[in-house]
Amino acid sequence: MSAQKPRTLFDKIWDAHVVETLPDGTALLYIDKHLTHEVTSPQAFEGLRMAGRKVRRPDATIAVVDHNIATDASRYGTIEDPESRVQVETLEKNVKEFGVPYIPLTDKRQGIVHVIGPELGLSLPGMTIVCGDSHTSTHGALGALAFGIGTSEVEHVLATQTLLQKPAKNMRVSVDGTLALGCTAKDIVLAIIGRIGTAGGTGHVIEYAGEAIRALDMAGRMTVCNMSIEAGARAGMVAPDQTTFDYVKGRPFAPKGEGFDRALAWWKTLPSDADAHFDTEVRLDAAQIAPQVTWGTSPEDVLPITGSVPNPAEVADEAKRARMQRMLDYMGLTAGQRLQDLGVDVVFIGSCTNSRIEDIRAAAAIVKGRKVADGVRALVVPGSGLVKEQAEQEGLDRVLKEAGFEWREAGCSMCLGMNPDKLKPGQRSASTSNRNFEGRQGPGGRTHLLSPAMAAAAALAGRLADVRDFQPKGAV
Amino acid sequence: MQAFTTLTGVAAPMPEANVDTDKIIPARFLKTIARTGLGRNLFANLRYRQDGTENPDFILNKEPYRKAEVLIAHENFGCGSSREHAPWALLDFGIRCVIAPSFGDIFHNNSFKNGILPIRLPREVCDQLIEDAKLGQNARVTVDLERQVVVRPNGEEIRFEVDPFRKHLLLNGLDDIGQTMQHAPAIDGYEAKQKAAQPWLYSAAPGV
Ligand code: SF4
Repeated sequence: MSAQKPRTLFDKIWDAHVVETLPDGTALLYIDKHLTHEVTSPQAFEGLRMAGRKVRRPDATIAVVDHNIATDASRYGTIEDPESRVQVETLEKNVKEFGVPYIPLTDKRQGIVHVIGPELGLSLPGMTIVCGDSHTSTHGALGALAFGIGTSEVEHVLATQTLLQKPAKNMRVSVDGTLALGCTAKDIVLAIIGRIGTAGGTGHVIEYAGEAIRALDMAGRMTVCNMSIEAGARAGMVAPDQTTFDYVKGRPFAPKGEGFDRALAWWKTLPSDADAHFDTEVRLDAAQIAPQVTWGTSPEDVLPITGSVPNPAEVADEAKRARMQRMLDYMGLTAGQRLQDLGVDVVFIGSCTNSRIEDIRAAAAIVKGRKVADGVRALVVPGSGLVKEQAEQEGLDRVLKEAGFEWREAGCSMCLGMNPDKLKPGQRSASTSNRNFEGRQGPGGRTHLLSPAMAAAAALAGRLADVRDFQPKGAV
Repeated sequence: MQAFTTLTGVAAPMPEANVDTDKIIPARFLKTIARTGLGRNLFANLRYRQDGTENPDFILNKEPYRKAEVLIAHENFGCGSSREHAPWALLDFGIRCVIAPSFGDIFHNNSFKNGILPIRLPREVCDQLIEDAKLGQNARVTVDLERQVVVRPNGEEIRFEVDPFRKHLLLNGLDDIGQTMQHAPAIDGYEAKQKAAQPWLYSAAPGV
C-alpha cells in the first residue's frame, strides 16, 4: 500500500484487517483477539452448538469470569446465587467443550477482562480486539482497535474469527498542556464527556492525542479509553509510543526476542500520519481541568468538584428541564446544593476504569495515616489477582485497611449490580467506575463518578471532597 | 431469526433521551443463559415498585401499551452497555421496532441481529409520532420495511433509511454467520498471509 492518502491510526489498523469488502461497503474484518466472560457468552456458545459449529481459533480466544463473582472468600466455595452459579458453570462447560483457554477463579491471573488483557500481554498494539462488553474500548490504550460487541457478534467471531463492520468516522480529541496537581486521567475523560456529551462520539472512533495524553502512563490511557463508550464512541485509542512498548515488553503473552523486534517495527508505523484527516476535532486544555464529579444519572452530567447542583429552572428546553428534575429527584439532590456538601454512604474504588496498581497507589497515597469517616463503607477491589498481589507486596493493602477500607478479591464488584457487592436503595456512593445510570450499582443506588484520589478523599471526609485539600502525608 | 416485513400495531411513547441499557434491562437480570423470558424484566426498575407490584404510571403498564409493538423515543436510545439482553427483552415483550432520532451504536447493531428494526427519524418527526402514539388504541402505526415507510394513523407516509444489507437479512430472517461462512476461503487466505507476516499472533494458545 504505497503512495496513498495519509491515514489515521484507526485507518491503518482497519486496512490491515479487511479480509474482504462486500459490495455495499461492509467489511469482513479479521479479529486478532477475542476476550469472553460469563455474562455475554452463554447464548453464543449455545448458538454454535445448535448449528454444529466449532470455535475457529481457540488460540486467539480467552475466557475469564469477572461480572458475577463475589469479591470475598466466599467465592472459592459454592456460588450462593443459583443464577450466577449457572452462568459460571456454563462458561466452564463451554470452554471445555470448545477448547477455549480459560483463567479460572482460583488462578491468581483472574480478574476483570479489561484489566487482564493488557496485563498479560494478550492485548497488543495494532490488534483488532473484541469482547462482548462495551468497555473493550479500554484496550485501545495500547494502540489497538478494540470495541465491544453483542452476543450475536460473539457467536460470529467464535465461528468465523471475523465481524461484519462498517468503517467508523475518525475523531481526534487533543488534550494540550499539563494537568494541574490532583487531576488525573479520570478527570480528563470526565471533562471530555462533559464537553461532547454521551452521544458526542457516536459513529466515531476517538483517537486521544496531545501533550497531556502522551504524558499519561498506560493505566491512565486505559482509564481514558475505557470511558470512550460513555462518550458514545465505538472505540478509543492512543497511538503506541515508547511508553506503550516499555509496558508491553516482557508481558507473559507478548512476543519475545526476535518476534518482539518484528512486532515493534510494525507498531512504530501505526501512529496517524501527520496530515491524516479527522472528521471531527475536539481540543481541551489540560490546565483548565479541575477534579471532576458527576451529579446526575448520565456520565455527561459532570462538574468540577467546586461546583453546585444545577437548577432545572434555568433550562429552556422543556424535555431537558423535565429530565434534569427527574435526575435530581432520583439522586436526592436540590438545585444549588454544593457538591462538596453531599454526604456519601459508600466509596467504591475499582472497576475496569480504575482498579490498576497505579489507581490503588493514588488512593493509598491520600489515605495514608488517615481514617475513613464514621459510617462510610469503603471498598478497594483490585482489577486482577496480579494487581492485588503487587499491591500487597507494596504494603498498600495495609495502608488501606488501617484507614478502614475493605480489601477485596478481584472482580467487577460494585461497578454493576449483578454480584453480592451492591448499593442499597437510596445509598449515595463515590465510585471510580464508569456508569452512574439509575440502578447501575444496585436498584435505587445513587452514583457519583470520580477519580481514585477523589474517591479516597470522599472516604476520609464522609462527603464528596476536593482532593486538593487532602495532600498526601509523606510517601506511601 | 424471525423475518421482519411489515408491522401494524400500537406504539408506546417514551419521550426521553439517553434511555440506557441499564434502564432497558438492569444488570441483575443478565444472569440468564437463555435468550428468552426477559420480557417480564424489561424496564424493570421503572415498571415495578420496590415491593414488586406494577407501577401504574409507567407507560408499558397502561392499556393499550401493554401490547405495544413499536416504541418511540428521543435521542441516543440504547446507549450504554453491549448487552444483547436489551433487544432480547424488548423482543420478548413484543416490541419489534424502535423509532428514535439516534441510537447507541452497539444497541443499534444488536437490534438488527434479533429481528428488531431500529429506525432513525428526525426529532420533530419522532415528536409527531409520539403525539400520535398518545392516542393509544386509536392510533395504530404501520412500519413497512420493504417500502421503507412508517405510516401514521392519518395515512401520511414517512420515509426512512436503512442499510441495504441489514434490510435484506431482516426481510428474509437470515443470520450473518451463514453468510460469512461463504467467505471461508478468503478468511483462510487472510490467515495464511497474516501468519507469515505476524507470526506472534499465532503462537500457541496461552497455556491456561
Ligand atoms: S468493571 Fe464494570 S464496566 Fe468493567 S467490565 Fe466489569 S461490569 Fe463492565
